[in-house]
Amino acid sequence: MPVYVYIILMAGVTYIIRMLPFTFFRKKIESKFVRSFLMYIPYAVLSAMTIPSIFTSTGNVVTAVVGTVVAVVLAFFDLPLIVVALSASLAAFLTGLIA
Amino acid sequence: MERNFLRGLNHGLPIGLGYLSVSFGFGILAVKNGLSVFQSSVISASNLTSAGQAAGVEIIAAGGALLEMILVQLTINIRYSLMALSLSQKLDKSFTTPHRLLASYGITDEIFAVCSAQRGALTPAYMYGMILISAVGWVLGTFLGASAGELLPPSVTSAMGIVLYGMFIAIIIPPSRKRKSILFVTIAAALLSIFFRYVLTFISGGFAMMICAIAAAALGAWLFPVPDEGEGT
Repeated sequence: MPVYVYIILMAGVTYIIRMLPFTFFRKKIESKFVRSFLMYIPYAVLSAMTIPSIFTSTGNVVTAVVGTVVAVVLAFFDLPLIVVALSASLAAFLTGLIA
Repeated sequence: MERNFLRGLNHGLPIGLGYLSVSFGFGILAVKNGLSVFQSSVISASNLTSAGQAAGVEIIAAGGALLEMILVQLTINIRYSLMALSLSQKLDKSFTTPHRLLASYGITDEIFAVCSAQRGALTPAYMYGMILISAVGWVLGTFLGASAGELLPPSVTSAMGIVLYGMFIAIIIPPSRKRKSILFVTIAAALLSIFFRYVLTFISGGFAMMICAIAAAALGAWLFPVPDEGEGT
């Protein structure tokens, strides 16, 4: 099977998944439960994606934990996304040099 | 219009940088699986998703069935339809059908998260700015990783693995601090996710993530329904 058949297929499926609800759902949702659910879903998704994967994200638990702690502390003080993200990475890098 | 586009670019910058580092890893993976630098970049430009692409490349390398490709992409990426549904609730009136068709290309976990954290309605220009810079980072990183991945010292590439997660934390923590209900949902999702990872190991990553997120958000909606103040207005 030519590689591009696979590529078109995977891109097509991924696009349709995103496009259908985004384009054709126009109503305001009335149900309080559903609206609350949709309000909470981003945080639930990000949390489930981050924990526990972040602890193996650098290939070394120690550097990952240090990076995570740095990220949590900086985020707690409301620093910009990019500062938090790069500081976590820098912390993991520096810890890797020492450890 | 232009101001919204610039604001989108600005808010998308950390995403683009995060993607640059993550897709670097994807580029290395794709070439290892026998794809060319160009093919790897085309996959990133047309899919704009991490887990789905990684799984897709492995199916291509294994010469898997087309049906398998469809089912795997559906399972891993079905979460985007939930995000698209959530975003559809806070679109500006200027979001006509052509804009919706175009912007739906760029609904990723990170773009979704940043967009839904915005106060007020989303305009097409804002989303385009964010999608553009994110896609540039994603494709450029893939290209660099595919063509020069082995040139960087491993200490640098491995430390880059945490960038996106650091960004997720920066999105989750401030609202969790301000609202007990969000803190509850965040912790519930994390605990469930740990349980799936180490106990229910037979459930694949993308699928497990969806179950955890839906369960935690539903529990939150049941225990702490959001008052009718009209979020986003």
